[in-house]
Amino acid sequence: MAILLDADAMRRALVRIAHQIVEKNQGIDDLVFVGIRRRGVPLAERIAQSVALSEGRRPSVGVLDIGLYRDDWARRPFAPVEATTFREPIDGKIVVLVDDVLFTGRTVRAAIDALLDFGRPRVIQLAVLVDRGHRELPIRADYVGKSTPTARSEKIRVLVREVDGLDQVELVKRPEGGA
Amino acid sequence: MQDLLGLEDLTAREIDELLDLAQALREVVDRPIKKVPTLRGRAVVNLFFEPSTRTRSSFELASKYLSADVINFSGSHSSVQKGETIWDTAQNLTALGVDAVVVRHGTSGVPRQLADLLRVPVINAGDGSHEHPTQGLLDLLTVRQCKGTISGLKVAIVGDVLHSRVARSDLFGFRALGAEVTLVGPPALMPDSFAGPGVRITHNLAEGMRGADVVQVLRIQRERQAGGYIPSLEEYRERWGITRHRLQWADADVVVLHPGPQNRGVEIDSDVLDGESSRVLSQVTNGVAVRMAVLYRLLGGTYDEPR
Repeated sequence: MAILLDADAMRRALVRIAHQIVEKNQGIDDLVFVGIRRRGVPLAERIAQSVALSEGRRPSVGVLDIGLYRDDWARRPFAPVEATTFREPIDGKIVVLVDDVLFTGRTVRAAIDALLDFGRPRVIQLAVLVDRGHRELPIRADYVGKSTPTARSEKIRVLVREVDGLDQVELVKRPEGGA
Repeated sequence: MQDLLGLEDLTAREIDELLDLAQALREVVDRPIKKVPTLRGRAVVNLFFEPSTRTRSSFELASKYLSADVINFSGSHSSVQKGETIWDTAQNLTALGVDAVVVRHGTSGVPRQLADLLRVPVINAGDGSHEHPTQGLLDLLTVRQCKGTISGLKVAIVGDVLHSRVARSDLFGFRALGAEVTLVGPPALMPDSFAGPGVRITHNLAEGMRGADVVQVLRIQRERQAGGYIPSLEEYRERWGITRHRLQWADADVVVLHPGPQNRGVEIDSDVLDGESSRVLSQVTNGVAVRMAVLYRLLGGTYDEPR
């Protein structure tokens, strides 16, 4: 197991993403964050907090569960779905989706489908802590904490304080043929 | 979990998981666009051998909100009238490619026999006087939303317990989650077989309702009068009807439930049914969410394999 990001590196990456979001959108008007459950949610909260420190107002953070929009539900174990909640309507807003890892792109595809069922955002952007490559769909992130090439057999583990008790990103090598 | 035949078969954990799922799916029912693609390409048949508007519509909408295709099959306009047995009907429907069967039948135990016969999940939508598990789940969900938890609540189930599949499902569900259940009703409509741990039986309405956090008012079926179980509907109301005055025997924050359809002025008075303690319309909305949860649980994913 190798550590890709420690707690400090993670914090800096999220602060940088926050600044990039504000810069690219020229402020925070109409900006709404939506975290993809589960670890995307605390990451979205932290980015929103950083934005609040520099801009004086904290954009709202919605929670999105993509369980109902997966394309592989029949091939996966039963997974409980949790509530999707937005604090404000997303119509006409700049929605920044936040997730921990960008891999095949299928989660983001599902998240975009889910968002569009709630309204018509003006723009959807994507922020991820780690981009590990191996896309299966034409999807890219607008904001990336760390890009890192990986083998398909490897696993990226993102640990966040709110869920796991510590902040760390690990690269776990798995034996060939391992699931 | 392969089928949903009754709450008696489920553990507290399985019930809690279904309620959590239903609570999450409730959000879909409240959306402006009530549609998620989850069960796209799946077909569900509603096989109803007893008249039902509410439960069938609720199952139908639950399937549709999850993007499943639905066919409705009613026992009174079908091959059953031409002499086909229910088993042949069900096997033919699954041969058509149906992925789940929702069944209501006047005879207790039919859903279980269908489940043994068919390879697809079977959901009991009410069988005889046995169980009506999705009604039990929606009652639990409604109470959990009001009270936060089920454990430790005092629940009074009032009326024709003997003939009520709702009473049985409620009893099993509330007891599994740690509520104290009191069954209240006339002796002729009260089976002795329900007595047991966590269950009290009384024929005294005031005693049964005292301090109750939840009062589930059962529908009194008019045909019970002809059957000699009750002298008359007027007399039933006189002794067992839930009136505003009698509701004061319960806890001040009591939640009043009724599985519907209601006989206003018989088992429940209009001012109670339309009053602030009543949650009958939440029950109906929650019913759709609960049925979505059951369909998702039984059709979504290879749930019995380890992750």
